[in-house]
Amino acid sequence: MTGWISDFMNHPATYLKSGWLQISVSNLIVIILMLTIFALAVFVPFPKDKEDHK
Amino acid sequence: MSEMWTAKLRNKWQKNLPIEKLLPDDQPAYVVSWIYVFGVLTLAALAMIILSGIILAFEGPAWYHISDTGLFVNSLHFWSVQMFFVFMVVHLWGKYWMAAWRGNRFRTWATGAVAFVASIATAFTGYLVQTNFDSQWISFEAKDGFNAMGIGAFFNVTNLGQMLLLHVAFLPLLLGVITVIHVLMVRRRGVVPPIDAEPLLSGVER
Repeated sequence: MTGWISDFMNHPATYLKSGWLQISVSNLIVIILMLTIFALAVFVPFPKDKEDHK
Repeated sequence: MSEMWTAKLRNKWQKNLPIEKLLPDDQPAYVVSWIYVFGVLTLAALAMIILSGIILAFEGPAWYHISDTGLFVNSLHFWSVQMFFVFMVVHLWGKYWMAAWRGNRFRTWATGAVAFVASIATAFTGYLVQTNFDSQWISFEAKDGFNAMGIGAFFNVTNLGQMLLLHVAFLPLLLGVITVIHVLMVRRRGVVPPIDAEPLLSGVER
């Protein structure tokens, strides 16, 4: 690997710590991403078929 | 009626899962929501994982560690797995909040839960068979946990041959069979209605 990817990957993960809770930034990003997708899936209206009036 | 087991099986199949249910061309109005898309997105990601995995198996590590195309297919396999889990977790959350086990759908829910566990086992053995320093590190960290549980002797995470066979043969087969059963159960019972819509469907056969 070369360039920014190797600079990014060849280091230990950054961790956030608050009392007993410790989580890596990458895991936190994935969890926030999944919660965002879930919220969008629930609240964003599904496009309706123009020919379907059932 | 014939007493042969083939006839019994056929009749039972036709009674429980006629072709109209197996391959429907219409769904209830409440299915018009993005949250109902994530089950099939999970299946699409699984199809991509299997396809890229077959290519990796045929070409081998000397190809997927070195050549540009090999690195691309290797990454395709990895990122398909990441998307598979994201889609599956959103699907799981959606079904949990719908209480999707209602209407005699407990076995559909249970096979989904088993598929989730089987997926984790398949993904973790995948990390062990990368054939790089990362997989060495992971297996040597993991072995202590399995030895502490007393199962390290017959589930040896540092045994590349064992982990590779589990990852490419047994676990995908297990996951595939559970997934097919899960989807057939969804087709048989239909998509779970919203909680407030249930009284309207009380006369409908489930």
